[in-house]
Amino acid sequence: MNGPGKMALYVALVIAAFLIPLVPVLQPYLIQFAFLWVMILFAMTWDVLGGQMGYNSFGNIVFFGVGMYATAVVQRDLYFTVEEYANVAGGDQAVLTPVEYLTGLGLGMGSGALLAVVIAAVLGSGILGLRGHYFAICTLGLGIAAGELASGWDYIGAGSGLVTPLLPDALGERGPFFYYLFLVLAVIAFAVLKRLYAGQFGLAINAIRDDEDKADALGLHATRYKTVAWCVSGFFLALTGGAFGNLVIFIDPTDVAFAGPTFGVWMVLMAILGGKGTLWGPVIGATVFHITQEIFWTYLFGWQRVALGLMIVVVVVFFPLGIVGWLRERWPQRFGEVVDEGARRVQVSLDGER
Amino acid sequence: MSAILEVENVTKTFGGVIANNSISLSVPKGSIIGLIGPNGSGKTTLFNSIVGHHPIDSGAVRFQGTELSRLRTPQIARLGLLRTYQQTRIFGKMNCVQNMQISLPHVDDSFATMLRKFPPEITERAESLLEFVGLYAKRQLRAEDLSFGQQKLLEFAMALMNEPITLLLDEPTAGINPTLINGLIDRLKRANAEFGITLFVIEHNMRVIMNLAQHIYCLAHGELLADGTPDEIQNDRRVIDAYLGAH
Repeated sequence: MNGPGKMALYVALVIAAFLIPLVPVLQPYLIQFAFLWVMILFAMTWDVLGGQMGYNSFGNIVFFGVGMYATAVVQRDLYFTVEEYANVAGGDQAVLTPVEYLTGLGLGMGSGALLAVVIAAVLGSGILGLRGHYFAICTLGLGIAAGELASGWDYIGAGSGLVTPLLPDALGERGPFFYYLFLVLAVIAFAVLKRLYAGQFGLAINAIRDDEDKADALGLHATRYKTVAWCVSGFFLALTGGAFGNLVIFIDPTDVAFAGPTFGVWMVLMAILGGKGTLWGPVIGATVFHITQEIFWTYLFGWQRVALGLMIVVVVVFFPLGIVGWLRERWPQRFGEVVDEGARRVQVSLDGER
Repeated sequence: MSAILEVENVTKTFGGVIANNSISLSVPKGSIIGLIGPNGSGKTTLFNSIVGHHPIDSGAVRFQGTELSRLRTPQIARLGLLRTYQQTRIFGKMNCVQNMQISLPHVDDSFATMLRKFPPEITERAESLLEFVGLYAKRQLRAEDLSFGQQKLLEFAMALMNEPITLLLDEPTAGINPTLINGLIDRLKRANAEFGITLFVIEHNMRVIMNLAQHIYCLAHGELLADGTPDEIQNDRRVIDAYLGAH
């Protein structure tokens, strides 16, 4: 497809997504759709390192949890003391005006994202020197450690968790509010990643994936690129986490914030299912995953996890490259891999090259 | 001609194996210098020592007066001293143009250049160099889908894209068919003459290296056996013995 055609498709998709809440039949499912955008954000942010750079990270959930806690803490401390808040946390009296709510949410998400970037930069400069399996195992430890730390820290509610402020009535229903919030986040993240992948950053992390020693030998600042990649990933995950805490209202340290066994694993699965290292793979993978998961949950209740596991086995065995990767293998010409015999350049100038 | 690359008494051992024993040689600026020797004589190890793949036990390596033995590979590459590999190394899942684009010099990678899109002149240069090695028609193919010989040519083009001052080539003609080899010799000579790149070449193909190099060093068993002009080397009794196994 040519440039303008592609652009038109992107615009049409975004407009369609913005119109969904206006369709009466779909209105009861808006929270489900909001979860879908969250899943897409999970898969896209994981793919920056896991797919495009070839560094399997099992610790990205840390940024999600950090963003979530940071947002909730900012929302709380802006308008309450810890004691006040603890007293109202059980009930629903923590009522904020719309302006207060939005200020808290915005400042909270912003500081959460900033904190995640700092953590990614500090951790990254330490452990991104590790390669392959060693990096994967190290990040696995990070996620578990973060959950344990959060469970033991009273200031953020420790093991009994933290409740976020309720959405004020003036801002409408939860459904449309969070639907649009996550849709906007997902669209921005997609656009930013698309732009980054098209430039020097994208090729550099691809080169690191294909042969890091060769990249080194060409003088690439590999550690710099790797750290920035993790910061980008952490930035969007923290924003997602901050909003997600407000969507589910209750933050449990290990089941919601640092939920390695569920969200942490799903983000890997969704990216692989759709085709890791591709722009659209994570989006498609997350969509397929979320829909099948809901179907299994509805029609195969009690066996939903088994069905999900079987689906993953089938995908890994028969489509190891994921959906988009499989399509690309099948029809490489459609992805621009063509021999261009006709186009011989007339004359190459070699002077003044250096 | 002044020496651009100087290797002085470099020794490198792996356990009990002495891969390089007090090797000294120098590569004059603008020249094409050959390095030959039987398999296992320490040629590639010497290359690895020069570009900082591993620390050396003793000795010194100087490039344009800068001591290299304490620097790491990427830093040495950014000084303009680059190497290619015997086992070709390219970025397999990326297409040829992308392979070329990312091989641009990384001397001044600021945050802004990291996040930028490639300016047209870089893409233009990438495509010109692909044409230079005869790969322009295949520029949209993934590098892993090219034949081995074509991958070697791509790697050579990537090295040129990096605008090196000196290029170390590890067996550039291994695995390339005889008709292509002539083209490659021609391109190596042109890279030397037109781009002014100093070449230091490991080669097993005697016809190629005698044709290409102005001066040849011969290693055997980790030691410098002989050096001289191609004619002198060809008629050197010790070199012939080393290759035939009398050494």
